[in-house]
Amino acid sequence: MAGSTPASLTAERPAGAGAAVAAAPRKQARFSPGREAWRRFRKHRLAMMSTVILAIILAAVLLGPLVWQVPINEIDFAAKLQGPSWTHPLGTDDLGQDVLARLLYGGRISLAVGLAAMMVACVVGVLIGAIAGMSRGYVEAVLMWLADLFLSLPQLPLLLLIIYLFRDSLKSVFGPEGGVFIMVVAVIGGLRWMQVARLVRAQILSIREKEFIEAARALGASPVRQVVRHILPNALGPVIVAGTIDVAAAIIAESTLSFLGLGFPPDIPTWGRVLFDAKDTIDIAPHWALFSGAAIFLTVLTINFIGDGLRDALDPRRVL
Amino acid sequence: MSRQYVIRRILLMIPSIFGISVVLFTVLALAPGDPFSELAANPAIPPEVAAALRAKFGLDDPVWTRYYHWLIAMLHGDWGFSFASRINVETLILQRLPTTLVVIGAAQLLAIVVALPVGVLAGTRPYSIFDQIANTLAFVGFSLPTFFTGLLLILVFSVQLDWLPMVYRTDISGAGWQWYWEQFKQSIMPIAVLGLFQGASLVRYVRSAVLDVVRLDYVTTARSKGIGERSVIARHIVRTALIPVVTLVALQMPVIFGGALVTEQIFRVPGIGSLLISAMLSNDTPVVMAVTFVLSCLVVFFNFIADILYGWLDPRISYR
Repeated sequence: MAGSTPASLTAERPAGAGAAVAAAPRKQARFSPGREAWRRFRKHRLAMMSTVILAIILAAVLLGPLVWQVPINEIDFAAKLQGPSWTHPLGTDDLGQDVLARLLYGGRISLAVGLAAMMVACVVGVLIGAIAGMSRGYVEAVLMWLADLFLSLPQLPLLLLIIYLFRDSLKSVFGPEGGVFIMVVAVIGGLRWMQVARLVRAQILSIREKEFIEAARALGASPVRQVVRHILPNALGPVIVAGTIDVAAAIIAESTLSFLGLGFPPDIPTWGRVLFDAKDTIDIAPHWALFSGAAIFLTVLTINFIGDGLRDALDPRRVL
Repeated sequence: MSRQYVIRRILLMIPSIFGISVVLFTVLALAPGDPFSELAANPAIPPEVAAALRAKFGLDDPVWTRYYHWLIAMLHGDWGFSFASRINVETLILQRLPTTLVVIGAAQLLAIVVALPVGVLAGTRPYSIFDQIANTLAFVGFSLPTFFTGLLLILVFSVQLDWLPMVYRTDISGAGWQWYWEQFKQSIMPIAVLGLFQGASLVRYVRSAVLDVVRLDYVTTARSKGIGERSVIARHIVRTALIPVVTLVALQMPVIFGGALVTEQIFRVPGIGSLLISAMLSNDTPVVMAVTFVLSCLVVFFNFIADILYGWLDPRISYR
């Protein structure tokens, strides 16, 4: 057969026919790291289930308000604190507003806060970790001392303190929604970069002594190019895992703030805020609190499971 | 463990507390709000008096001088005067602190009592049915935010079953056993919420620590000497596996304080966390600053205790 030699095999692949030609590319594709990771990820049954559920939640939050066109702030005292029914599938709150519409809308903000805070944490963490890893001496010592210091700060009280002190001025600059969003994202992200920074530094310390980095250095690659082109792509696995778990942590942090009455204003129904409003009527209208709490729980649980699956897939040697 | 080791750890606490105080004061100094706005807004106080007060308290001094004075006052135990409750901040905090420490201590104890046996069993039988169930439950446990678990427990045990009181009361009547029983009943839910949340993440730490140890040669040696399985686990495996767990428990301390804050808020436990929230809602800056500082110091202190325990469990650490 013509396709038996490797060189002609790749050349013939588009028109390839016959068992040998079809089997060979599949065998080759197995060596691609992405495919290999996907194969391991699929083995984690809970992670696969979580991916499906999270995709459904995401689709519901993104597309749901287009389908379920009940306004989130339509007050109807005649229908207040009603349980689930056909007109209001998840019941109504104390002002007769539709809980489903509010949860669908609020989910956008909760998820956006989680993702944006994760981005902030990853960018800051990668930057500080890379600087600490590449520079020896006192810069590294100071940066790692800073990371340790931030790790020993009580996060939630500090988060509350910063929001307490800066809320009013940010509100006046960016408006009530934008101001709170920017602040919550910046503060949650700014308090969660340490884990990523330590991971990146540890990875850089081990990778930068490898031969291929030496080769890059010998060819005259600048430190920035070494890090961006050669080291970071090899250090990405643990960072992706930590980032995934950061999304869950950020969603919990935002809900906690809202639940304590110090997050988003009442007219923005993030999941935590809905739960905060619902907690005083939990004895007469439990559905209100249960549905909003379940939304937070399900999202966080699925993200955590996906993080676990990604860890198995990208970092197979670690046990935890 | 040498005395030198303890002294070195005590000395290491100083830069940490110093760093935390700098972070807190920077946040306060950067904040746009004026701590004297209460006075400025009060029409009964003429502007000259307000200006004289500002000069007296050094609000117009440069930042460095202000930081120095603030730090000296904090170290002297002179933490200012609460705007809202009209008593000294240190009195207020000392009233509230014991409750919080009892709740956190009991919760931590519950977490360890639950997590240690479960984690060890799961770690010694990896990938068994028990391990998988424990792992899944652990994921559920730390994906459930404390505020939602708290509401769920209230819904089940206070509203539906009416077994436990909904809120924590300080004015329990009765004496002797009656008082202790009531106190116990109202503490169950806050401690359970906090303890199970902590326990869930602890299970995974214990499991992975045990997994690291189980395959080591000295465990095989112990088995081959004919020591019973139970004794091998208790004397040889758990003792070594505990060492990293102690550090992880200490690193979790900031999270525990955050959780305590939420729990106290849900069950109206009169601790330092609910003091922080009520002070924030009533713009009581001296109390907010002092509580945050106390919480940070407590975290540093618990890290110190973990270091000491670490040196005691693993004598090699002391000589490094």
